[in-house]
Amino acid sequence: MQAINPADTAWMLVSTALVLLMTPALAFFYGGLVRNKNSLNTMMMSFVALGVVGVTWAVAGYSLALSDGGPLIGGLAYLGLNGVGTEAKGTIPHVLFMAYQGTFAIITAALISGAVVERMRFGPYVAFIVLWTLLVYAPVAHWVWGGGWLMTRGVLDFAGGTVVHINAGVSALVAALVLGSRKDYGRQAVLPHNVPFTLLGAGLLWFGWFGFNGGSALAANELAALAFTNTFLAPMATLVVWILVDYSRTGRATAVGAATGIVVGLVAITPAAGFVSPAGALVLGALAALPSYFAIALRSRTRIDDSLDVFAGHGIGGITGALLTGVLAQKVWNPAGNDGLLYGNPGQLEVQALGAVGSAVYAAAMTFAILKALSLVTSLRAMPRIEGVGMDVSQHGEEAYASGEGSILVHPEAALASEPLPVLTPHVALR
Amino acid sequence: MKLIVAIIRPDLLNEVLEALYRIDVRGLTVSRVLGHGGETERVETYRGTTVKVNLQEKVRLEIGVSEPFVERTIKAILGTARTGEVGDGKIFVQPIERVIRIRSGEENNDALTPVPAGEVQRQV
Repeated sequence: MQAINPADTAWMLVSTALVLLMTPALAFFYGGLVRNKNSLNTMMMSFVALGVVGVTWAVAGYSLALSDGGPLIGGLAYLGLNGVGTEAKGTIPHVLFMAYQGTFAIITAALISGAVVERMRFGPYVAFIVLWTLLVYAPVAHWVWGGGWLMTRGVLDFAGGTVVHINAGVSALVAALVLGSRKDYGRQAVLPHNVPFTLLGAGLLWFGWFGFNGGSALAANELAALAFTNTFLAPMATLVVWILVDYSRTGRATAVGAATGIVVGLVAITPAAGFVSPAGALVLGALAALPSYFAIALRSRTRIDDSLDVFAGHGIGGITGALLTGVLAQKVWNPAGNDGLLYGNPGQLEVQALGAVGSAVYAAAMTFAILKALSLVTSLRAMPRIEGVGMDVSQHGEEAYASGEGSILVHPEAALASEPLPVLTPHVALR
Repeated sequence: MKLIVAIIRPDLLNEVLEALYRIDVRGLTVSRVLGHGGETERVETYRGTTVKVNLQEKVRLEIGVSEPFVERTIKAILGTARTGEVGDGKIFVQPIERVIRIRSGEENNDALTPVPAGEVQRQV
């Protein structure tokens, strides 16, 4: 058994905080892309994951994902964090390892929200991400990282290209199809209400991603430095290619395009970060721009309302990254990894494809089942009238940009008095 | 000639504009306004501060039309802006004394008939 290493512990403490920041960053990225009247609800869909998915992870998710079990799912040894102490797990304290992995579960669930914004009711959404974390995230994390069947077959997924991005991207596509499109989709222009928020979110995501990929070395060593550097380089190449494609097709370099390009580059380098050379990361980042760019262009011409293009960004970006890992991986950079197609091991590409297809099929089927089961109990969508009024007022009783003009302050005494406030939520007022 | 002023719900603006476009009413002015018409107040809470939002966001349409278009315009707005709940808004119809198109100096009914930009460019 290894001893706890102070340097590794310090880096993993920082990495955990960095990855946790990615969920608020995602809230800004998504929040800027929706309309004013839905911006708080969209941001809350990410923020609420910090609470409910985090608790779900501690109570059961961690045990199902990363304790010893079978090839398909982990055991119940760590239920309720039982037996998770400060003893060494690798070279860091076990509690820290659990917290670090928890931040991944949180952002993965929050990623899906981009496909259902501006129409899904908040309660059913919360129920969905809790069930999804237990039934989809935990098993797939176990397959790839916890000793499950994909790990045994040698799938290379450094920081979660399959577990996080393919998983969330495919689930998002299925969720968009089950929910149906927004009532205004394809009928009127639905424009981002705050593009600076989206740029801010993309920048903070990049910052947090250094913990996501760099921290996935689980140590402060050469491998962490390689993953960190690749996380630095790949999105740069994606950003350049994205802007060039944007410019050549529309004559303009768009800000929303730049923000999207950064995120796609980060997604694509995620599975490869600790397996490819820095030059390989530049190539991977540049190539990754193309499939996602054209997937977004194509998707917006269909009836599929994956509102914020979670599938094109994370699904397609994740698949591209997973496959290119099988092409560009080099054992000289990481002896624990393997050589890819370019370095004389075509079999790796097959294994990568198996990992991508296996988790995509499972995520699609389970997401469909969870949403259909929930829809038997309650309606997943807001009524069209509520959708028109906006999700901020109807779901949260707040507005992002309230003016307060003409509003009457209800004094706390009045609110507490025997006569209860009439229930004036739009659910009642607008049916 | 009548000036039709309609106060409607903002989320139904697109439906109303579509209906007006279909009956060939092309010239209009839209403004965002705050107003109140007896509908239930909305209650919002910000960290313990509870407020009743009295003034609701509405959209105000101003449409100058010649006589044959008056009833059609009203019908189009009624058909699309009505939800049946209190707060759907009002339509005010007012007589107009004179209308002048600034570009050409045309007056009254001539000034109320929109001319597509393409045709104007060809005349020049």
